[in-house]
Amino acid sequence: MAAADRKDTTEQAEFRKQCQKWLKANHPGRPPVQLPQGALELSDPAALQWLQQWQKSAYDGGLIGCDYPLDVGGGGKENCQGIANQEMQKAKTPYLPNIIGMGMAAPTIFFHCQDEVKAELLPKLLSGEEIWCQGFSEPGAGSDLANQQTFAEKDGDNWVINGHKVWTSLAHFADWMILLCRTDKSDKYNGLSYFAVPIKAALGKGVTVQPLIKMTGQTGFNEVLFDNLVISDRYRMDDVGAGWKVAMTTLAHERGAGPLVTPASGGMAIEEESGVSAGNIGSLISLAKQQHRGSGRAADDASLRDEIMKLMIRQEALRQNSRRAGVPELTDHPMRIPLQGKLVGTELNQDIAETAYRIEGAASTLYVNDPNAPAAGQWPLAYMNSFGVTIAAGANEIQRNILGERVLGLAKSK
Amino acid sequence: MAVEPKNFGFGEDETMLRDSARKFMSDHCSTDKLHSLVASDYQIDRDNLCLWDQSLWQQIVELGWPAVCVPEANGGIGMPLVAAVALAEEIGKAGFPSPLLSIFNSTFVLRACDSAAAHQALASIAGGKTMTLAITNAAGSWHSDHTDVEVNKDGSLTGNAYFVQDARKCEQFLVSARGDKGVGLYLVDASASGLTLIPDSIVDLTRDQAHLSFSDVAAVEMASPGKGSDAIANAIPAILCIVSADMVGAGEWLLQTTVEYAKTRIQFDHPLGFFQAVKHPLVNVMLQIDNAKSLTYHAASAFDHVPENAERSARMAKSEASDMAVFSSSRAVQFHGGIGFTWECYVHLFFKRQMHNQVMYGDAKYQRTHLANSIMGPAD
Ligand SMILES: Cc1cc2nc3c(=O)[nH]c(=O)nc-3n(C[C@H](O)[C@H](O)[C@H](O)COP(=O)(O)OP(=O)(O)OC[C@H]3O[C@@H](n4cnc5c(N)ncnc54)[C@H](O)[C@@H]3O)c2cc1C
Ligand SMILES: Cc1cc2nc3c(=O)[nH]c(=O)nc-3n(C[C@H](O)[C@H](O)[C@H](O)COP(=O)(O)OP(=O)(O)OC[C@H]3O[C@@H](n4cnc5c(N)ncnc54)[C@H](O)[C@@H]3O)c2cc1C
Repeated sequence: MAAADRKDTTEQAEFRKQCQKWLKANHPGRPPVQLPQGALELSDPAALQWLQQWQKSAYDGGLIGCDYPLDVGGGGKENCQGIANQEMQKAKTPYLPNIIGMGMAAPTIFFHCQDEVKAELLPKLLSGEEIWCQGFSEPGAGSDLANQQTFAEKDGDNWVINGHKVWTSLAHFADWMILLCRTDKSDKYNGLSYFAVPIKAALGKGVTVQPLIKMTGQTGFNEVLFDNLVISDRYRMDDVGAGWKVAMTTLAHERGAGPLVTPASGGMAIEEESGVSAGNIGSLISLAKQQHRGSGRAADDASLRDEIMKLMIRQEALRQNSRRAGVPELTDHPMRIPLQGKLVGTELNQDIAETAYRIEGAASTLYVNDPNAPAAGQWPLAYMNSFGVTIAAGANEIQRNILGERVLGLAKSK
Repeated sequence: MAVEPKNFGFGEDETMLRDSARKFMSDHCSTDKLHSLVASDYQIDRDNLCLWDQSLWQQIVELGWPAVCVPEANGGIGMPLVAAVALAEEIGKAGFPSPLLSIFNSTFVLRACDSAAAHQALASIAGGKTMTLAITNAAGSWHSDHTDVEVNKDGSLTGNAYFVQDARKCEQFLVSARGDKGVGLYLVDASASGLTLIPDSIVDLTRDQAHLSFSDVAAVEMASPGKGSDAIANAIPAILCIVSADMVGAGEWLLQTTVEYAKTRIQFDHPLGFFQAVKHPLVNVMLQIDNAKSLTYHAASAFDHVPENAERSARMAKSEASDMAVFSSSRAVQFHGGIGFTWECYVHLFFKRQMHNQVMYGDAKYQRTHLANSIMGPAD
């Protein structure tokens, strides 16, 4: 949004220019291999490698980790990551591969690790050289995250970990995992602790990663088994028993409601090839103009027109809400808009993909591997994929509980 | 290229105005008082009275609210549309019966007329005179070109205007009428001879509405035939913002009131808000209010700064606000249970105001049809 450029500070304005200049000279161009719709579906090592090169180059260019201090590998700036993100989006760059690292692990490490550990872990995380994953969910601990059963037992200066994590995105590529687990069986919330775990180094030596296949037929998430894995106590974040508090830092950032802005780029990906980009109403409209419905075009169907306009209005509202969230005098409760972000964004994208699917009519039955599929079959894929994010990162029912309880002050649901 | 300010144009003056309005409303216009003012007689065949607090209105005139968007050159305060939007939101939140929003609507139509006579009419608003629009025909068309009033050869008006808002609170009517070259705009005094005001019996207790019948009524031309409909069309985005802001305010009242009830009413050993069948829809109401609010501010700031985007933005705002008005009011009645179905409970006052608001100047689907035609091209 152009309007977001308005009130740049001097530092921001100068930094914005630097970003524009850098992007002009260093845009990575088209990928040599087919990229999936998002980093959470990465399965081809060549695709990962190309994206890691892009992240490293953007990191070296100063566009990633700008707001982290210099001594942990950051750019030492203030409120500049948002600027870099806007400029990367505008330049239609590829997405960044280490999204769990930057979005969840980095702020958690930054706020809860010892200084030497921050300086050890953050530079390679921000540069994308080391990929991170998040070991929170377990078979018995999904929405009820505190019901952790994976157990870490103290052994001198080390911890011995046993347990079973599921739905662990990117674990098949990950060097590190942020791990929430139990250290005390007698207290549900105060019996949790939080660690950074070097999993790749321990593959076959206490760590097993097995892929799980998504409903789309793609992979991207895994189960991770710990069998007497030994790690050093220096990788513990915050106090023993403070895991729940640390996890709140992770979750706040995961939901886009934490103090540090997550580096993000995108805009290129699949859009150019097939017009598929959730959040792109223009591509819905062109799809409706191309697709037939009865003897006419889908774009002439009154109810579809109405639906498309509804989606467009929601998308504009999302944009204007984030604009308003930046003006404290225009918000009654400081968390009212930030806590809506994940819920509203994921449901909008789901509804856009669903509408696109239905605009395609009979041809929506054709999947990505069919040569006759409209938009290369990406809309049915996008629709199915959209459930990943309405479930993950705190299912949307849980988001509604949070909003109802924290913002409206309604009684806590069980 | 013109750009919108990041803060939607809510500068210090606008925020101060809003805060003082908020305080004024909570000091003087409690829902208790509103209910005893407009709902003391529940009988369906009660006398059709125009119930409003004229002494409070005098205070509002002294505070200068009716003049906020009148240009300084005409003796007004010369603030942007967002100022009127801020006030409309507080008016909606209080369900306050007053001609203020009609005055704002008239102000923006007059500003678009840009004639010497229109400047004089604006000055009369700045001087404390009330005014409303009479621009709707018997079919309730919102099109700027549709009217059932005609301009006679001598410049007087004959015909009928319908769905005139706040008619009995206003001293002057800004009337659209068809002349030889199209629709013009005319100012008519409420006491003019040949003018008959027939009050409608309406659902909303916080407003009055009437049908005006004109028979050779003396009128002053504000915009000549052909130019009047343009002026209305130019002002429509502002009008849509103002009614949307009222809905946002009323929606917030409905939300907060229902949340309060859901915190205190115990059933099955829990406050109602414990149950997700109550909690989640209330969250959805909140999401929709926030959408409507941000879209309304956006449209108002577009009107003030990037006029070429104003109509689209305003139709988006009105669409979302109208859907929200229906949803927020329906959930409020439903979650109040049996008590919400009674006259004694205050919820129906805002339910009725929202149902009235949502249709004014076109309901949600009407706005989306306009948007689709402009963005997707006309349907075959
Ligand atoms: C694509 C994808 C990627 C993921 N990546 C990761 C990852 O990298 N790391 C990781 O740790 N986890 C990951 N997850 C797991 C994710 O965090 C969990 O799936 C999520 O927290 C929900 O837990 P669950 O699957 O056990 O569902 P459950 O908690 O069993 O929920 C099932 C359904 O019940 C609803 N529900 C549950 N409790 C309540 C309640 N109190 N009130 C109302 N409704 C309720 C839920 O909303 C949901 O609809 C991923 C999931 C997906 C889909
Ligand atoms: C027109 C009318 C006629 C009536 N006639 C009679 C009559 O002749 N005789 C008679 O005895 N009664 C009568 N009633 C009363 C009627 O049965 C009650 O209004 C109804 O049972 C709801 O109870 P309540 O009003 O106390 O609302 P509450 O129980 O307080 O409910 C308020 C809201 O909370 C919701 N809610 C409550 N508990 C839960 C839960 N566990 N989970 C999810 N949501 C919940 C409700 O659905 C409702 O939306 C009548 C009511 C009306 C409106």
